Amino acid sequence: MHHHGSGPAGGVVVLDAVTAAALVGAGALLAVAVVRARRRGPWPAHRTALLALGLVCVAAALVGPLAVAARTGSSAFTAHMAGHLLLGMLGPLLIVRGAPVTLALRALPVGPARRLVRALRSRPVRLLTHPVVAAVPATGGLWVLYGTDLLALTHTSPPVAAAVHAHVLVSGCVLTASLVGVDPDPHRAPVPLRAAVLAASLAAHTVLAQRLRTDPPAGVGPAEAETGALLMLYGGEVVDVALVALVAAGWYRATAPPRVPVRARAGGTPRPAGP
Amino acid sequence: MTSTSGSASSGRAVRARGGPADPWRRTTAAGVLLGAGVAASVVDLLVLHLLLQWHHFYDRSTTAVAVASDGVLHALGWTATVWGLVLLLDVRRRGPVPRGRWWGGVLVGLGGFQLVDGVVDHKLLRLHQVRYDVEDLVVYDVVWIGSAVLVLAAGLVVLRRAGRSAARGDG
Repeated sequence: MHHHGSGPAGGVVVLDAVTAAALVGAGALLAVAVVRARRRGPWPAHRTALLALGLVCVAAALVGPLAVAARTGSSAFTAHMAGHLLLGMLGPLLIVRGAPVTLALRALPVGPARRLVRALRSRPVRLLTHPVVAAVPATGGLWVLYGTDLLALTHTSPPVAAAVHAHVLVSGCVLTASLVGVDPDPHRAPVPLRAAVLAASLAAHTVLAQRLRTDPPAGVGPAEAETGALLMLYGGEVVDVALVALVAAGWYRATAPPRVPVRARAGGTPRPAGP
Repeated sequence: MTSTSGSASSGRAVRARGGPADPWRRTTAAGVLLGAGVAASVVDLLVLHLLLQWHHFYDRSTTAVAVASDGVLHALGWTATVWGLVLLLDVRRRGPVPRGRWWGGVLVGLGGFQLVDGVVDHKLLRLHQVRYDVEDLVVYDVVWIGSAVLVLAAGLVVLRRAGRSAARGDG
């Protein structure tokens, strides 16, 4: 509908259709999983809401008016950056805090659930979900995207666009999960390491945003680069500060001093047992 | 709700004695972190960059090293702000907060950050200046660096007095 002319337009229509179908499929899968999990026991409503909101963020970045604006129009780079924040940062944060793995384990039959656990505990997955390793594709990918001709290529080649979007979403989810995941993770990295990785990726994000202002990617005008870079700077900062707060809040809960009941204190008057 | 301790949910509890860290040092650290974080994220970013627009984010004549240093400072500023507050909450839940230590730490962090920013970022790296389009930048630099030294000195005095009154046993 929006795509006129020859060349990649046909491919864009196909990509849009496939993406829309995948998003609808993901939504349906989420609904089925929640229904099945609830049949087995309590499943908190806020987790469903977080997962659904995360999916909405991803959808907003990939299809619809924002995605169209990111490909064409005078403020394409700003729209692209808004989409990037939704797809690579806010969407992953919401999805990860919705405990997708826990939901899958509750919804799946025993056999597949066991296989999923085994896969998650395997050596390659453990390595890839280490924060230091996970930060490389998530942050480094952006330097490649904006430092080379890759961004321009995504506008002309639908397969490249699909690959870049998938990379941004998946690497964002993996890094976020390694830092502030709520799914059970027997190998979660220690808090100081996670805080350091977070600070380093925040710094890399800020430096990259500053560089975009002086060295805009190919095909992006200076005024356009300025707006997009500022959006990247502030938007990224908001999500990153939320991530720091979540790591700190996790540490705060985990290091709670042992609470000794009053009756256990020497000389304390015995109290009736609680419920 | 895990099964680690059945007493975790039972209302009243006594303060844990001791704890993993010395509350005095932790309070000072919390204060320094928050002071530096507030200087970086609030004074520098919100007031000078966004409200007054005295600073430019980047005046387009700076080196890559300077830009990287600004990015790192930025990241550390937010991290310090959040961790300063959470460490304070941690000290608070373990016992009373030694106020002199806290405020002394905040002043040291605030003054220390402004001093480093004013000397290293503004003068040595020439990342950006305090203000642009003014005739006499020296006045701004003197006020900036001078006030930073004053705040830092005040913080050190407060910390010293807090240490003395604690040694006397009335801190």
